[in-house]
Amino acid sequence: MGTIRLNWLGSALLLGATAFLGGCNAIVLDPRGPIGIADKAILIDSLAIMLAIVLPTIAATFAFAWWFRASNTRASYLPDFTYSGRIELIVWSIPVLVIMLLGGVIWIGSHELDPAKPLPSDKPPLEIQGVSLDWKWLFIYPSQRVASVNQLVVPAGVPIHFSLTSASVMSAFFIPQLGSMIYTMNGMTTQLNLRADEPGTFLGLASHFSGDGFPGMHFDVQAVPAERFDAWIAAARGTGPTLDDESYAALARQSMNVRPFTFGAADPALFHQIVTQQLPPGPGPQSGRPNPSVSPRTEH
Amino acid sequence: MLGKLSWAAIPFDQPIPLASGAVVGLVIIGVLAWITLKGWLPYLWQGWITSVDHKRIGIMYMLLALVMLLRGFTDAIMMRSQQALAFHSGGYLPPEHYDQIFSAHGTLMIFFVAMPFVIGLMNLVMPLQLGIRDVAFPTLNSVSFWLTATGALLVNVSLVVGEFARTGWLPFPPLSEITYSPGVGVDYYLWSLQISGVGTVLTGVNFVTTVLKIHAPGMTYLRMPVFCWTTLAANLLIVAAFPILTATLAMLLLDRYLGFHFFTNEAGGNMMMFMNLIWAWGHPEVYILILPAFGVFSEVISTFSGKPLFGYRSMVMATMAICLLSFTVWLHHFFTMGAGADVNAIFGITSAIIAVPTGVKIFNWLFTMYGGRLVYSQSLLWSIGFMVTFVIGGMTGVLLAVPPADFVLHNSLFLVAHFHNVIIGGVLFGAFAGYTFWFPKAFGFRLHEGLGKAAFWCWIIGFYVAFMPLYVLGLMGMTRRMQHYDVPAWHPWLLVAACGAVIILAGIILQIAQLVVSIRRREELRDRTGDPWNGRSLEWATSSPPPPFNFAVLPRVEGRDAYWTMKQRARQQTKPGAEPSYTDIEMPRNSATGFICAFFATFLGFALIWHIWWMAIVAAVGAYATFVVFAWRDRTEYIIPAEEVARIDRANRSARGEAFLPMEATP
Repeated sequence: MGTIRLNWLGSALLLGATAFLGGCNAIVLDPRGPIGIADKAILIDSLAIMLAIVLPTIAATFAFAWWFRASNTRASYLPDFTYSGRIELIVWSIPVLVIMLLGGVIWIGSHELDPAKPLPSDKPPLEIQGVSLDWKWLFIYPSQRVASVNQLVVPAGVPIHFSLTSASVMSAFFIPQLGSMIYTMNGMTTQLNLRADEPGTFLGLASHFSGDGFPGMHFDVQAVPAERFDAWIAAARGTGPTLDDESYAALARQSMNVRPFTFGAADPALFHQIVTQQLPPGPGPQSGRPNPSVSPRTEH
Repeated sequence: MLGKLSWAAIPFDQPIPLASGAVVGLVIIGVLAWITLKGWLPYLWQGWITSVDHKRIGIMYMLLALVMLLRGFTDAIMMRSQQALAFHSGGYLPPEHYDQIFSAHGTLMIFFVAMPFVIGLMNLVMPLQLGIRDVAFPTLNSVSFWLTATGALLVNVSLVVGEFARTGWLPFPPLSEITYSPGVGVDYYLWSLQISGVGTVLTGVNFVTTVLKIHAPGMTYLRMPVFCWTTLAANLLIVAAFPILTATLAMLLLDRYLGFHFFTNEAGGNMMMFMNLIWAWGHPEVYILILPAFGVFSEVISTFSGKPLFGYRSMVMATMAICLLSFTVWLHHFFTMGAGADVNAIFGITSAIIAVPTGVKIFNWLFTMYGGRLVYSQSLLWSIGFMVTFVIGGMTGVLLAVPPADFVLHNSLFLVAHFHNVIIGGVLFGAFAGYTFWFPKAFGFRLHEGLGKAAFWCWIIGFYVAFMPLYVLGLMGMTRRMQHYDVPAWHPWLLVAACGAVIILAGIILQIAQLVVSIRRREELRDRTGDPWNGRSLEWATSSPPPPFNFAVLPRVEGRDAYWTMKQRARQQTKPGAEPSYTDIEMPRNSATGFICAFFATFLGFALIWHIWWMAIVAAVGAYATFVVFAWRDRTEYIIPAEEVARIDRANRSARGEAFLPMEATP
């Protein structure tokens, strides 16, 4: 009974905290897609389970520390109270029980929310290939044969399957309101499945430090109705530069705070060439003080 | 002749490092000049630099930690102010400088603040608690310290000569490979840690041997104070984990210097191997830091509750369980690598399991307070502050061990808040609790209580103001290490966090004031008996500061809380026991081996960083020759005659005897 009541207390506190944080743009707690919603649910559940034990522990710490102060003549002094089998049993079993419960959450959650697991849907997923470069994001739409830099447009309500890699150093791809992040690594592909339930504009970012230009690696994610997505593809196609080996080599060089733009045509085999290193990894810094081998610098 | 080194390597165009370097340089020159003018150099050389006394080495470790804490905190203030300013602007630190600052902050705080602080405490206290005269290998101990100091020195040299790493406190490849970090920064990082790492491993070997093999008569394993158990566990972890660090960094060095491909993009290198290896060391490392702190809290809470520790056997079991489990959880640092559901689930569960023994410890401290008579000294305040703060940090830590939660919080400021919550709230509060608790033992006078308590309140309030906003920012999607940002909602919280850092600064200033005031008023704060807190373990059975030989006669241990038991018996007999028969004592001779070795190691590291090959060869030969000379020494010990021992001990016994009388009068 006591535990249940405390759970209620924990949940009430959490709800309060959530409402407070919702008011200040806690976007991780304001998900707009099934993965984000499930991540948040597990986050809140785990927190509630632990608060049920953590809050009483903090309260007991304050209570014992205050009551047993040396100046309190009403507190009993028990200098020989150094062992109690019953208490030992309780202090080992409470954490064990909590962790068993949490272990179940971890096991089920890890399997349900494996980033590589396809989302159940009657619509075929939209394929997007993401490449982290120094220091911008390249998104290739292989079926549509267009690509964009630091800008991601997706149809709302359609599952999206991301294949992700890096052109140079490690990075991580993260759209907090849609859910799970995942690393990008050169020579490897990681898989991520996300969906935006409704139209909206969300923050996307690189969530792994990758060098001097890293803070500029953020992008707007626009989830738009399906027909507007088609219109965007149509508008992008044929306008702007072409993404081929040559323009990719230029893009792979280090640059900071790159403004979003689109490629009117993209080679759908490019991603594969990057992953298999047929296109070489991006070059590092080229200038420095007094030279790059002492202290490299990036023009910015 | 000088490899890559030229005048152009000095950042003449950057006022911040140059000015701070100049100030530090002037302070060092000033202190050296003052010492020379006062004629203290011989004393410093004989009494400290070449000393192999575990107490003096411990004090030097802690001094190093405190000085480096100031440097690391300066970095912290710069980071907080940069992020407070860098909304829609570049702030005042360009990326190449900001990236060095957060890398140096993490490196310094872990390797040159937290590590030397806990190793210093273990050095000072563990042999005294075991009732012995020194550690197993006293000269090795001195070598360990000076090699650690070399590492710290090299990191700080990078401030004005060249640059420091811009890759974070763990240099993840391929960013740290020569292609993407061609500068000397990563080399400074690598050689500093390789050299200080040798010192740390030697400490591990030394302390494991000491705790396992050298005890006062009657000091069985299950009579050892819990601090000795946590020392044993932490040093077992050092011996097992630090070689992994050394090997991993050696592989990265081979990549950078000789064109190997362990972790490169090309030729079959694998960056994830580095992630696995570095965290196979990195997670045990956090327990290397926190376990000794747990030991400190056990001693402090028990002493100021006037009770033995509750559930001693549980505590020992929990300590050793953590020691083992800490090697089974490393993968939780990169759940977002895409390893698959089974791998993530298993490592998530093992990580959560570590919370069990840790929770048991919290409950046992709680029940140690139950039925106690709590004397609110500054050390106890740090301990209670720890208990409350640490359970919050532990909870957010277990939350991050739940893979789906980690998928949205990994690398965010939530993570930064979590590990500062456990490292400040756990390790640093533990270090301060130990510092205030054992200061009178080390120096013979107590630290000023009022200023200490004021410092505690600034620290704990400053901590919450600085780091709770970071939890919120993590939930707002802010990732770590951002030199600038454009999200308006983040800005107010970063301003609050910066205020928190200023409150912590006030705490640090109060701690410096406390030290100065305590030194000036040392006569009224004098600890004449050697037992200022009515202590329980053997370090309080000798004078403050203890004589070089610690105990005139090795104490005979007849139970847990060895000194408490002795005091009880003496009180029953209304007088201290009869005077023992004194004999000559053999103590290890001073040795300059550590200092000279570190002198050569400093040049070796510097030469390797700057590719000055002739200097590297000369320095390596010099360091090796120092060891050979040490190995061939003839006289290893000197004798303290029995009369001298008797004279020193009688003074302490009479002070202690006087102290017994008033206690006896109380019912």
